[in-house]
Amino acid sequence: MARYDRAITVFSPDGHLFQVEYALEAVRKGNAAVGVRGTDIVVLGVEKKSTAKLQDSRSVKKIVNLDNHIALACAGLKADARVLINRARIECQSHRLTVEDPVTVEYITRYIAGLQQKYTQSGGVRPFGLSTLIVGFDPYSSVPSLYQTDPSGTFSAWKANATGRNSNSIREFLEKNYKETSGQETIKLAIRALLEVSFIGYF
Amino acid sequence: MECVFGFVGNGFAVVAADTSAVHSILVHKSNEDKIMVLDSHKLIAASGESGDRVQFTEYIQKNVALYQFRNGIPLTTAAAANFTRGELATALRKNPYFVNILLAGYDKETGPSLYYIDYIATLHKVDKGAFGYGSYFSLSMMDRHYHSGMTVEEAIDLVDKCIMEIRSRLVVAPPNFVIKIVDKDGAREYAWRESVKDAAVASA
Repeated sequence: MARYDRAITVFSPDGHLFQVEYALEAVRKGNAAVGVRGTDIVVLGVEKKSTAKLQDSRSVKKIVNLDNHIALACAGLKADARVLINRARIECQSHRLTVEDPVTVEYITRYIAGLQQKYTQSGGVRPFGLSTLIVGFDPYSSVPSLYQTDPSGTFSAWKANATGRNSNSIREFLEKNYKETSGQETIKLAIRALLEVSFIGYF
Repeated sequence: MECVFGFVGNGFAVVAADTSAVHSILVHKSNEDKIMVLDSHKLIAASGESGDRVQFTEYIQKNVALYQFRNGIPLTTAAAANFTRGELATALRKNPYFVNILLAGYDKETGPSLYYIDYIATLHKVDKGAFGYGSYFSLSMMDRHYHSGMTVEEAIDLVDKCIMEIRSRLVVAPPNFVIKIVDKDGAREYAWRESVKDAAVASA
């Protein structure tokens, strides 16, 4: 096993890309992030672990804007996240410049996933150690979207999903309790999902 | 023959630009908006080569937006003006943009400001400025009637005086103008001054 995880470009005999799987491990260690889609709203929530006393917690941004109509939350290596988010922000503006239209949620998700995939098929690099939840409304549309990407570069749309620490428990909770909601009800669902794995009072 | 001018008033900055898109002796359209809203509190009034004008100002606009997403706060007017000048300067000795710009903005801390940026990357912070053949007339009118701390009504009156002067004294005077204003409430269109409307299309 150990022989097949040194370089990312090498498959193992049973078809694994170990570096990608190890990246998913890094994601599993990151803070929990949950996304829930409603009929007229889409909600992102992240767990905020208790921070060091001397740290200015306001400088730690876990949900970011990629454009006026798109937001992103992620779990995993935050330093990798900064790089990916920067590239996505540039792409959002570049798209606006070349086609005079804002990106759709699917377009920017495909771009980020494509970027993550590139780093699973190049020499001398490692994959990005993060999974992202991307939410927004397509331009000129009132239909909300929620997408998820992971270090392998796959992406798909979800009604509700979670990533990071305890994401399996959160996803189980969402599968049991999800129904089409709107407005405040969707927000409450997202909060209740996070409360499954976080302690009250540590927000 | 493009006319762009503007000045700073009491808590606001106003810019006016003609709205003709001209190619040699043909007027393509007479309702071309040459004052771009750069962000919520900035206006770029640009004149010059029309391809360069659109290309360059859109490029600046997207980079200003990117800065805001990266840093969580908007650029100041001064920073945006210096960035714009820098881009013109970098391109100058390779592939120059033939665009003259009046950048008007409002910052909470410093109030309204106006920057004169010409196509060879001159940058001046000014109270009043103008580009084009119209500048011979508008600058003279502004020199005569401008004083600091004008109200919006006084300012629009002066803008109208300048437009009147351009219309009556410039041989190929553009017929229509657009006026935009920026103050603490943001950048917005104030009015159009049209003396020639596009002919209505006759129904078949």
